[in-house]
Amino acid sequence: MIVSRKPLSLAERFYLPAVANGFKVTWRHFRRTVFEGKTAAGETAGGFHPEVPWKVEPGYRGAPYLVRDQEGHTKCVSCQLCEFICPPKAIRITPPGPDGQAADRKNAEKMPRDFEINMLRCIFCGLCQEVCPEEAIFLQKDYSLSGGSREEMIYNKERLLALGGTHSGTQKWKHKLEEAKAQEAFPVKTP
Amino acid sequence: MDWTFLIFTLVKIAVVFAVVMTMVAYAVLVERKVSAFIQDRVGPNRAAPFFARYIPFLGPRLVRWGIFQPVADALKAILKEDYTPAHVRKVYFWIAPAIAMVPALLTLAVIPFGSQIGSQKMVIADLDVGILYTFGIVSLGVYGIVLAGYAANSKYPFLGGIRSSAQMISYEISMGLSVIPVFLLVGSLNLSDVIGNQSGSLLNWHVVKQPLAFFIFLIAAFAETNRLPFDLPEAETELVGGYHTEYSSMKFALFFLGEYAAMISVSAMMVTLFLGGWTLPFLGLDQPAATIGMGLVHILIFLMKLCFLLLIIIWVRWMLPRFRYDQLMDLGWRRFIPVALANIILTAAVLAFVRS
Ligand code: SF4
Ligand code: SF4
Repeated sequence: MIVSRKPLSLAERFYLPAVANGFKVTWRHFRRTVFEGKTAAGETAGGFHPEVPWKVEPGYRGAPYLVRDQEGHTKCVSCQLCEFICPPKAIRITPPGPDGQAADRKNAEKMPRDFEINMLRCIFCGLCQEVCPEEAIFLQKDYSLSGGSREEMIYNKERLLALGGTHSGTQKWKHKLEEAKAQEAFPVKTP
Repeated sequence: MDWTFLIFTLVKIAVVFAVVMTMVAYAVLVERKVSAFIQDRVGPNRAAPFFARYIPFLGPRLVRWGIFQPVADALKAILKEDYTPAHVRKVYFWIAPAIAMVPALLTLAVIPFGSQIGSQKMVIADLDVGILYTFGIVSLGVYGIVLAGYAANSKYPFLGGIRSSAQMISYEISMGLSVIPVFLLVGSLNLSDVIGNQSGSLLNWHVVKQPLAFFIFLIAAFAETNRLPFDLPEAETELVGGYHTEYSSMKFALFFLGEYAAMISVSAMMVTLFLGGWTLPFLGLDQPAATIGMGLVHILIFLMKLCFLLLIIIWVRWMLPRFRYDQLMDLGWRRFIPVALANIILTAAVLAFVRS
């Protein structure tokens, strides 16, 4: 569709209505904040950030952490897909190698020897979560990461697992089974 | 060499410099506060030195108004790592911030900021070519920005530098043309004479006699100081930071201070040229002061007018969107320059008619 542009009137070509309207809008907001004490944070969250913590809504993309399955085992199988997809190369995985430690859960060949995410590089894009075939990494709700040095901001495997916690709700292979079953009946019901 | 002259001039320079630097710091604070209020926020209200707690009643309020924020800002700018990227042209990279800062301060030398205290005229240099000097110096300001853009040796600063050279040069012309009618009225280029000419009544102020000239000068002043709606050289949304993208810590702060100092000097010029300088048309406040108290009152009047103009400049930044580059050029060359020229001819014709 082509939107036809109305020719500007003389006053509009002098930018005068724009200035007048601009002043009206800015003055309205200025007056509300200064004289009535209303602020955006006050209206929506009831206060300002450090005192009134921000409520993180579901679906928020915070810091990516590794999760354990319901038996407390490492879900990550060190496939390194997330390392490859990560746009700013924030993830570094050290695979176990041919004679490294075996995976601590059944049905898995291996698990990473170390798994580092540099939170200074991470852009919280969520691609690692999306690409992970084992549902082992999730963007969680932490949004305010800080540290005293660069080294401190590189989170290693233990730290990521501890922060990530258990994801008993996410049982990938069970989902796959249900999906396969669902597809046997017709019409296909998608969850 | 006249020693009293030297000493008094040095004292005046020191005082003006100190006052202007303080004003710059607090103009930044006002800018942040006003922008916050316009955007439904509260602005800086946290910076608190250890002693603020011990001031009864006033302490917490000063903290909430952000009075200590400029101090924190300055400390931060000084203490931050001064990083020089490997790809820059070092010499220009180092001198550009200074060149951006100095002209803004130099223009203040000829502004009469008060009548007199004792026998001392309250102007650092009472030049007979005041306004020519000002325009000469103001046009140097562009070099700081162009050099910064060139020195950074990367795309965005370079684009910022090019934009600023085009913009500043075009608006300098309309700025210069817009004040000529004022000097036709005054008959002298000395800024003290300009103020003398506006005493008497409100109707003598040049903003009343020459509203068109004031208007053009005001708009050109926005463009000269790179303020929105004409801040194309820095244009955060498209050029990252424009000409100062590669700068950090104190060098960046110098650009920042330079911008605000330029705002102050251009406002001071507007006050002098159009708003009657240190005079007020009643209570005999338009005659040179006889006592020291009156001299101080004159300086206060000047500062108040200055702050009013600063507030307008700051408010406009949060009110209007940025102009597109071609609109900016169009406005400068095809609107303001012809209108300013017509204004000169009209004023000259009227003056010739009246005086003959
Ligand atoms: S969220 Fe994006 S940037 Fe962060 S680790 Fe995952 S893929 Fe990398
Ligand atoms: S987190 Fe997922 S994608 Fe990354 S290595 Fe482990 S299993 Fe592979």
